[in-house]
Amino acid sequence: MTTPETTDPGTTTATTAITAPTAPPTAALALGDDALVLSHRLGEWAGHAPVLEEEVALANIALDLLGQARVLLSMVGDEDELAYLREERAFRNLQLVEQPNGDFAHTIARQLYFSTYQHLLYAELATGHGPFAGLAAKAVKEVAYHRDHAEQWTLRLGDGTEVGHERMQRACTALWRFTGEMFQPVDGLEVDGAGMERAWLKSVQAVLHQATLTVPDGPRTGGWTAGAGRQGVHTEPFGRMLAEMQHLHRSHPGASW
Amino acid sequence: MATAATHQTYGTEEDTAAIGAYERAFDAAVAADERIEPRDWMPDAYRATLVRQMAQHAHSEIIGMQPEANWITRAPSLRRKAILMAKVQDEAGHGLYLYSAAETLGTSREELLDKLHSGRQKYSSIFNYPTLTWADVGAIGWLVDGAAITNQVPLCRCSYGPYARAMVRVCKEESFHQRQGFELLLALSRGTPEQHEMAQDAVNRWWWPSLMMFGPPDDESAHSEQSMTWKIKRHSNDELRRRFVDICVPQAESLGLTLPDPDLRWNEERGHHDFGAIDWTEFREVLKGNGPCNEQRITQRRRAHDEGAWVRESAAAYAAKHTSETGATRA
Repeated sequence: MTTPETTDPGTTTATTAITAPTAPPTAALALGDDALVLSHRLGEWAGHAPVLEEEVALANIALDLLGQARVLLSMVGDEDELAYLREERAFRNLQLVEQPNGDFAHTIARQLYFSTYQHLLYAELATGHGPFAGLAAKAVKEVAYHRDHAEQWTLRLGDGTEVGHERMQRACTALWRFTGEMFQPVDGLEVDGAGMERAWLKSVQAVLHQATLTVPDGPRTGGWTAGAGRQGVHTEPFGRMLAEMQHLHRSHPGASW
Repeated sequence: MATAATHQTYGTEEDTAAIGAYERAFDAAVAADERIEPRDWMPDAYRATLVRQMAQHAHSEIIGMQPEANWITRAPSLRRKAILMAKVQDEAGHGLYLYSAAETLGTSREELLDKLHSGRQKYSSIFNYPTLTWADVGAIGWLVDGAAITNQVPLCRCSYGPYARAMVRVCKEESFHQRQGFELLLALSRGTPEQHEMAQDAVNRWWWPSLMMFGPPDDESAHSEQSMTWKIKRHSNDELRRRFVDICVPQAESLGLTLPDPDLRWNEERGHHDFGAIDWTEFREVLKGNGPCNEQRITQRRRAHDEGAWVRESAAAYAAKHTSETGATRA
């Protein structure tokens, strides 16, 4: 991995070198956008959850992620400018987190894949001394809860009724292709991607096995190629999501809220 | 503790003299401002009134998530988005407290939700109005939560213990939401001319429906008298409405916004504000199901419930399969 100041030529000027935060922008944007976009998707569940306890749980997870996103985006610049004024091609989130909610099983499968990854990632970052150590130390506790929530639901749906099993299987299989991207290298993110991928596969396989589900065996290369979301190449539903998210802010340029 | 009433717990005697004695003990406990608890004897009508009121209150929290959730995905800053998400989450939590409190009276959440979905139980008329702009989120916080707090603070002293305790927790969180709503409107009011106009328009649309939240005028309120005797209610609808108007007028001034009532003015003699006539025809239409969003709100609520049925069934099936083994491991 390269040093933070040289990772993104676009922001490296004499002025920003002095005032710039220590976090490498590419990595902070990647992690921040993951949290921002998944938080938004979970926010779409409000008022639609299958049981009141899940209204609370999904909103809770969404809030945790939004909190992480705000810290991470603020390492790079103004959180609102970054969230509301960038276009689709400038977002660095994984294609996995932008996937539409689908049914509850689909949301849970997305959550299982992402929370397991995020938990491994933050656990590793928290033990280091890098720019993300402080955030990771706090967030790892939240993410442990998100992971547990997703695992518990994977078991209940997979090993509950026949309908639950079918829906959970379909969801796990449909989202499988987006899981390879999580372990592609990101500039400024000093983690052992290959080691994390092994741990991720082991953990997810164990949960799916316990839930009586079949581990999908298709490619894990994403909507186009692995790493595409990190390069600003997204799937079609994402543009529509941003249109809704950014519309009001963009309608009142320069206003504060 | 409802000491006088607890002595009569579990009365199984059909003897009318005994029932009379229970009633006297109950009346004495209420008169002495003691709390009635779930295992105490209580008149059937007291139980029924409480179930009706608490269920309606719980339903209002759940349906009330919809008009605000309508703006979560469009909130104009990340800070506001976080505040709104937390608020909607709190409302689901309030619904849960209130269903639990109602369950102490021998009903169940499933039964109450079923009555909501089939239209046999109501929710607050206010949530049948649409949220058309971002400023509506602020107007709901300031006016709707403000009216709810004015109604609910006296309920913290309600004669039924579980309801009173739920209200203490709910009111703390509601006051916080109300201040946030006020602060949202203040930011808009002091913002660009377009933002100011958006705030004023929202207040114009939410003011009268908020006044209707206190219910019909005293001379038309069917349950009021009995509820006051039982100390479920502490103040009349009109009394609480007057109190609310008196609170809002100076707040509107500090917001730099006007209230849409040409007849609103301070009455030195009464020590209250006089205000214009409420459109009770509109109120009755909304209650009958003919408001702007009645159909939409209940349809969304039913759909969430129906589409979630397989999730609840799967969770129940999983629990049934694994309860014995978990029990064994834990034992």
